[in-house]
Amino acid sequence: MFYRLAGVHHTRYQSARRLWPVPADRWQVLFLLALAVVAPFFLSNLYLGSYLLPWLIWSAAALSLTLLMGTAGQLHFGFAAVMAIGAYSSIHLVRFGVPFEIALVGAGVTAAVIGSLFGMAALRVKGLYLVMATLAMQYLVDWVIINVPAISGGAQATLRTPTVSFLLVPVDSLVSRYYLALIWVVLVTLFFLNVKRTSFGRALVAIRDKDFAAAVIGVDPFRTKLVAFFTSSFMGGVSGAILAFAYYRAVTPEQFSFNVSIQLVAMVLVGGLGSAVGGFLGAGFVLLIPIFLTNLVAWLAGAGWIAISANLIAHVPLMIYGALIIGFLLFEPLGLAKIYDNIRKYFLVWPFRHSRS
Amino acid sequence: MYYFAELVINGALTGLMYSLVALGFVLIYKSSGVPNLAAGALVMIGAYMVWLLSSYGLPLFVSILLGLAIMFGLGLLIERLLLRRMVGQPIIMVVMLTLGLEILLRGLGPGLLGAAPKPLDLGIGLAPIIVGDIFINRSYLIGGALALLMIGAALLFFRTRLGTKLRAVSDDHVSSWAVGISVERAIGVSWGLAGIAAVAAGVLWGSVQGVDWTLSMLLFPAIAVVILGGIDSILGVLVGGLIVGMLGSIIPGYVDQIVGGGTRDVVTSLIILITIMVRPYGIFGREDIERI
Repeated sequence: MFYRLAGVHHTRYQSARRLWPVPADRWQVLFLLALAVVAPFFLSNLYLGSYLLPWLIWSAAALSLTLLMGTAGQLHFGFAAVMAIGAYSSIHLVRFGVPFEIALVGAGVTAAVIGSLFGMAALRVKGLYLVMATLAMQYLVDWVIINVPAISGGAQATLRTPTVSFLLVPVDSLVSRYYLALIWVVLVTLFFLNVKRTSFGRALVAIRDKDFAAAVIGVDPFRTKLVAFFTSSFMGGVSGAILAFAYYRAVTPEQFSFNVSIQLVAMVLVGGLGSAVGGFLGAGFVLLIPIFLTNLVAWLAGAGWIAISANLIAHVPLMIYGALIIGFLLFEPLGLAKIYDNIRKYFLVWPFRHSRS
Repeated sequence: MYYFAELVINGALTGLMYSLVALGFVLIYKSSGVPNLAAGALVMIGAYMVWLLSSYGLPLFVSILLGLAIMFGLGLLIERLLLRRMVGQPIIMVVMLTLGLEILLRGLGPGLLGAAPKPLDLGIGLAPIIVGDIFINRSYLIGGALALLMIGAALLFFRTRLGTKLRAVSDDHVSSWAVGISVERAIGVSWGLAGIAAVAAGVLWGSVQGVDWTLSMLLFPAIAVVILGGIDSILGVLVGGLIVGMLGSIIPGYVDQIVGGGTRDVVTSLIILITIMVRPYGIFGREDIERI
């Protein structure tokens, strides 16, 4: 933002390589974190429970997906299936009497193993074929969940999540569920930001840019892609489990259908591929803008400004959502992260236009 | 045995109708390399269009002709307004754009015209045709025959002057430019043709299962057809459609009783997965040879 780079001179590699080398950015992140921590004390239950909580969890899911799609360049159109595997296995593990903390890890591992099995099948191909293969995976996993009564509890059944405690704190009230989601999203964000600074992260970027070229410089494409699928599916699985325990509290297969996969990809793309800020902005945008605009349309219709039928209002979210995807791809393919970046760059030298970068 | 023959025949006929949906996908992929994931939604819009026109009192024949013209125009419009701006973008952007279009159309059609299924009567009649002891669904029979006709027409079309241009464009954009073919117009025409295929598929499927948003779910079997037959081959659409249709009818016919239904989607998914693992470019497709 305003002159945040002024007076920042790194004299040691150590300080230049920090996660946020610019003090202003560090303070901004800390401020946002503090805001998120105290949010339960000044937000009403409605805003906390039905906007902020799902936003945080979907951000974690979008970050897991953007690690695969943005950083490693592997397209995945079945990520909701991965989350479903995580959600269902965590619930069944807890019902078996496994402590919640271990059940979360178990959910992640199950999702990661199944996810990378499909990944392995799909790794011979890339681009469009990878899209199709992961899409087939989505349908297969959906079918297995619905048709195996041991998993879904019978057709058309909802599976209630048992009450659990996380690190000795019972997760039953809204506030405790919120903090559970917050802890997870902070962990995912830190992991995502740090992975780019490791050799593994650089290998992922090399694979994304050109896998043959990466193989030439000594990166094993198959291994790297597989680990990318594993890591991303692990995080997706745990996000699914958190989503089930902290937000839905009763899961049905429809909550993880193909449309949800598309929604996740839309979050990643609208936010900006491979960007942490983009994960948060994209998830918030895709979740909240259709709700907001639908409410606006319903309000306008209710006030008599425009005349539309109830049937049309019911379909408005779908239209807005489709139009959003098309609009972003046409006018800002790099997503909200790029818009955010542009604004920050503009204000960096404001009001001196001449040195705008 | 009769049960098996019935499954095979009806499956093959449904498969032919799947290939009609898949035709809209292949025509576009062949000319421009764009995977048109809005193919299902275009079929839905085509069916809605014909229903809307015939609900104004127009005879069915006239409204189908008008629908063909309108959908040809809509195809051109989509290409001009949306896809042309995506030239040179990574594949994920194009895939997502067509998916966005699919979502938008799925909202627009039922939103403006009502979500309840609309009947679209072609005057075929519901009584099955009985050959020996085999029951054949009459509308599937007519649908299959029409699909065969359309695919034949598409194959013939690629031998005409315009079709030759399209084939040149599908081979190489830059060399087509060099010999004076307007690549933009050729890709536009392929979108228009896809619109026409969408009307045909929409009318046939709409008469079978009613016109509503579920028509857009035909995308999934169409993708299986396209992947199996080869993503840029018209002949592949025919063969792939027959195989997907028959497997999607025979296997559920015997397995559904055991596991309790819904195996058709599984068969479709498995066809996609196995094809991609064994022979990604399909039966008749051109193998991608990548330049480093």
